[in-house]
This record gives sequence, structure tokens and C-alpha cells, in this order.
Amino acid sequence: MTGCHDDGATVLTGDHTTSVAIIGSPNAGKTTLFNNLCGLRAKTANYPGVTVSRREGTAMVPGGEVTLVDLPGTYSLVPVSPDEEIVLEALEGHVEGIEPPDALMVVADATTLERSLLLVSEVLALEHPTALVLTMMDEVAARHGSVDTAALSRALGIPVVGVMGRHGIGLDEVRELLADPTVWSTPVLTPPTSGIERSGWVASVLESAVSNLEVDRRTRRADAVLLHPLWGTLVFLTAMLLVFQAVFTLAAPAMDFLGGLFDSLAGVVDTAVGGTLGSFLGEGIVAGVGGVLVFLPQIALLFLLLALLEKVGYLARASLLADRVMGRFGLEGRSFVAMLSAFACAIPGIMATRTIPSERRRLATMMAAPLMTCSARLPVYTLLIAAFVPQRSVFGPFGTQGLTMFGLYFLGAISGLIYAGILNATALRAPTAPVMMELPPYRMPGFRSVLLYVWDGVWAFMRKAGTVILLVTAALWVLLNVPRVTPPEGLSEPEAASYQMEHSVAGRVGSALEPVFEPLGFNWQINVALIGSLAAREVFVSTLAVTTASQSEEALPDRLQDLTDSNGDKVFTPATVAALLMFFVYALQCLSTVVVLRRESNSRKWPAVAFGSMFAIAYLAALLAHTVVGALT
Amino acid sequence: MKLSQAGVGETVVVREIETSDHGLEVRLEHVGFLPGTEVHVERRAPLGDPTVYELRGYRLGLRRESAELVEVEPVTVGGSGR
Repeated sequence: MTGCHDDGATVLTGDHTTSVAIIGSPNAGKTTLFNNLCGLRAKTANYPGVTVSRREGTAMVPGGEVTLVDLPGTYSLVPVSPDEEIVLEALEGHVEGIEPPDALMVVADATTLERSLLLVSEVLALEHPTALVLTMMDEVAARHGSVDTAALSRALGIPVVGVMGRHGIGLDEVRELLADPTVWSTPVLTPPTSGIERSGWVASVLESAVSNLEVDRRTRRADAVLLHPLWGTLVFLTAMLLVFQAVFTLAAPAMDFLGGLFDSLAGVVDTAVGGTLGSFLGEGIVAGVGGVLVFLPQIALLFLLLALLEKVGYLARASLLADRVMGRFGLEGRSFVAMLSAFACAIPGIMATRTIPSERRRLATMMAAPLMTCSARLPVYTLLIAAFVPQRSVFGPFGTQGLTMFGLYFLGAISGLIYAGILNATALRAPTAPVMMELPPYRMPGFRSVLLYVWDGVWAFMRKAGTVILLVTAALWVLLNVPRVTPPEGLSEPEAASYQMEHSVAGRVGSALEPVFEPLGFNWQINVALIGSLAAREVFVSTLAVTTASQSEEALPDRLQDLTDSNGDKVFTPATVAALLMFFVYALQCLSTVVVLRRESNSRKWPAVAFGSMFAIAYLAALLAHTVVGALT
Repeated sequence: MKLSQAGVGETVVVREIETSDHGLEVRLEHVGFLPGTEVHVERRAPLGDPTVYELRGYRLGLRRESAELVEVEPVTVGGSGR
């Protein structure tokens, strides 16, 4: 800590890097400016004890470096929730371990200056050195308006700089400004922060510097179609379907390639190292981590499409369209976007809830995300459907197998919504906030900001999933392979592997669990595969291939059809298959998701509630399916 | 009259925010619903709710439940620059 606030003045010593906090409303171009100044050298951290995150980066300025802190987008500094309180307290230097910034930089969209001046008035009331950066100056010109930054600076009493985000015009001026906040001019009088005087202050400042903007005709014309009751709804459904389709079909070749790559890599490591250690490193670590990294192409593509839709301005419209329906379940329009992401993987879905300001609706969305059918369930569904649902045409191109798959997706989605609705009506007591969705003008997305958005998402996924997955796969490999036993003579290689797994810790746990899962028709072979699926659901398939002593994963469907227990009865009866499918629809078998829930909700309670309740629902749904299908067949 | 009762295409002026929930009141003020602010009702979402309002040079979607808290009056003739 430095002695910055003994007398209210900022003391800049040789070893102290000046820090400047960036404040601005959502959509003001704050993050773009931050990225332009800091590049990729930024790190994200949470404020202690809350879910509010801030990004810190270093900007090169004339004569040295400045630390920039990007605060979450906000329309106001007056705190309503505890999360917002901590931001204000941090600015004032009351948070242990966080140095207060030396100066504040407000970033405001020049086209919506009237609204932004409300925030400026609050920032000025803090009586810190403050500067104002106006973004979207190019758009002001395009709409035949003008903002006189010099006049605005005189009216406000603080430095004002205009930038054109995408072309980098004005950035040098911002850098010069940042070099030394101690010379910034300060207002003679603090502006009023309440009542009619405040509106008056805003009006008088505006009058001095801004000429009337023409309305954005393009945006108005586009919205006439995109928010039209009929056309708007059609475009919305088509766009969402395309995103969904693209994520699954376009990413498939890259995913297959990565899958194959990790498989061969695992084999190479296994043979090169040899013995138990080789098996651990190859089949355990490399294959396990690979099993999760396989999802990267899909997640990158998802983030790319979401970034484009977001930066163009369509996601705000999509949220507006979906809000009514989501509202029925205690959610809001933005929950829809998070849930759409969760169809690829629950982890990006949960991370996407950060844009939801209402703590309560954010939690409800987060808790529903794991019930969306993520792509790790897909290999399991594909295996069971291919092996046990006879393909018959129902009408036209729609067959029984496709319809079963669609039914499972639909069941997951609707269950997630209902689950959120029930939570919202019972357990969730967090305060709510009004649903407010700003509709920014349609804009061409900047290449750089889209790329950074994708990178941020992919990197967060790799870091969060990577560390957890590494630990979980290592632990699971040990459970599945220790203690080492010598299989009896005369067993084939797959049989020997199955024998080894049966006598491992996990195998014993799987056998011990038989009484629990017996009502669902699961035997030890399925139970062990379920334990394996705790790392990632699709591990179920590879583990089942081992426990059932299948020659290969390709031969697994046939093997499952023929598999019999010690009495000669079929293991995979229609009732058991139905139960297994239901179990995968509901159970939260993904430890990475549990860990991410823990971090994003900043509590131990909600991940525990999600894991426990979804397991209970899964068990009951599977029991119901087993009973009903068993009675019918 | 309440903001939620204003029809599409109408322009109204905010009088006050009426709610006992201080948090709600502050949040609505934050986005610009201050006394004297002109608000134009632009369009309803395809399902009838939320509604898009234009105020202070930008556009905001607001649910009916929130718009009900904003007390408004019709803008006097000639007073609207839109």
C-alpha cells in the first residue's frame, strides 16, 4: 500500500505506477478502448468476496507505463447491490488489498451523451482527478451532428478527448492524457447529483457542446423488420437455428481431427514411456485432457458467432424478443443467450450469465445451464440410439432415431426452464433488478474486438476446464486402474482390460453401487462407466468399451446389444436404455461444471444444490422410465 | 398516467417514479428516468412485452412491470422536438 490517501492528494513516486480506473456504461466502447490501449496484456480478477470482476492491463504512455483498471459497465456509481458497493468502495480506497486508482477516466458514447452525462456527474462528485473520453465520434459525424470537445471540456471543467475506436484516431491524445493525471483540470464546482438540478446541469452542458444528431435511420429501418411481430420472430428463429446448426456441423471436422490427434498422441505416449506410468500418462492424462480439448473448435465457433451477433447489436434484439417467454420461468432475455451457449458446453453458458445484472435471475440462469444438452452428452446419446432405437421412417425425412435425439434435446431445454422457474419461486432469495435492455445502434463489428472476445472465451474455458480436468482425469485413472491385478490365463486383451477394471477401486465402488442402481437396471459395468463420466460425460463411452470388453469403440453398439449378465439375461433391455438416457438428461455428471458454478456463484451452496437436486431428479426420472418402459415391453 | 399506459408513437414526460422499493427507483433513475425527461414510446416487442422507449438520445427495452412505476404526463403540444 502507498500513502495515497493521507491527505487526499496523489503522490507519484518513482516506484509507483500510476493507475487509472475506466468507468462507463455498457456499450460505451469501454472494452474496445481498453483493448486498444493495453492489447492482450490484461488479466481478469474478481473483487474479494463478490462475483464482480475487473480487468487490469498496462498501457504504454509517453514517458512510461500506466496501469488501467477496466471496471464492469454501469449506468451509475450509486450502489444498489452489495456487488456494486464494492466497486465504489474500491474506488475510494476502502477495500483491503486493492490500491485505489490515482485517477478516473469516464468513457462515454458520444451519440448518447445526454444519458452518459448522468454518470459523469456522479463521478465528478467523487472529487478524484477525472477525464472524459468520447467514443463513436465517427458515428456522430455520420449522423450529421457534432460534439465540440473543447467546449465540453470548458463546461465540465475536466479534460475531454474524442476517439474513433476502430481507426485508432485520438488514441495518442488519450495516451498523452494518461501520462500525467496530476495536471488534469478539475471542476470549480461539483455538479448536482440529484433531482431537477441534475437534469438542468445535463441540459446546460449539452447545449454548450453538442449539435443535434439526426436519428440513426439505418437502425430504425432495420428494427422495423427485426422487431416486427412476424418477420422479427422468423428472423430470430432462423438465426438461432443457424447458430445451433453451425456449432454442430461446422465444428465437427475439426473436432474429429483433434479427437484423432489426441488418441494417437495417447498411444504414442503410452508406448514410449511404457508400463503403468506410460498407461497413466497416455490413457489417463493425454486422452483425458484431450477428451475435453476436443470441444475447443465448437466453443471457439460458438463464441465467434455470439461475438458477431453481439457486436452488430442483434443479441440485444434477440434478448428483447425472448424476454417474455423467459420471464415466465423467472429468467430474462439475456438468459436465453446463456442457455444457447450451454448447448455447446455448460461452462461458456455459465460464464455468459455475467451480463445479467439481476443477481437472482443470474443464479437461476446459471443453475439451469447444466440441463441444456451439452455436446458431451451427444456421443452417449448417439451410441445408445444407434444401438437400441430401430430406425423407422415416421413421416418424410423424420425417422425414429432423429426424433428420439430431438426429444432428448427438447426435454433437457424445457426441464432447464422449469427447474429455473421452481428455484426462482422457492430457494432463490437474492434481490431482483428491473429488466433493462439497451438497444444500441447496429454497427459493423471491429475485427480486433471480435477476435479478443473469442480469445477471452476460449482461454477462460481452457484455463477453467483444463486445470480441473487434469486433476479429475488423473484421479479417475488411478481409481480405474489401481490396484494392478494379474488377469487369469487365457483371457483376450479386451477381457483382461475389463478384468483389471472390475478389480480396481472404481470397479469395486461400481459393484458396491449395484444395489443403488439396480432398480434402474444398471450393473457394475454401467456404474463404473458412470463414475468415469464424472470427468466429462463422453468418457462414459470409452469406459463402457473397456468394462464390457468390447474389441473397439466401433464394435461397442453390437457388443452392448449382445451383452448378458451371469444369468444369461440381456443387460441392455429397452427399460435400462431408457433409464440410462433419462439419467444423462438430468444428472450433473460434469465436475468441471460444478467447479465453474462454485466460482461464478461465489458460493458452495449452489453447486451443491445443483449436483444434489439434479442427481435426485435423474434417479427418479430414470426409475420412472425403467418402470414404464419395462411394463410396456 | 403511467408510462406503461402510453401508446406506441406517443411522447410523454416523466413526473416521478412511484415505488416503495428504493433500489428499483434508483435503477430507473440511473438509466435516465428523471423528472422532466421526455420519453418516446417506440415499439412493443413481438410478444407484446417488453416495450422499447427512446429517451436521452438512446433506446431501452423495459418490461411492463417496470414501466408501471414511472408516472408520466403527455408532452404539451409543440414541446416535442421529435
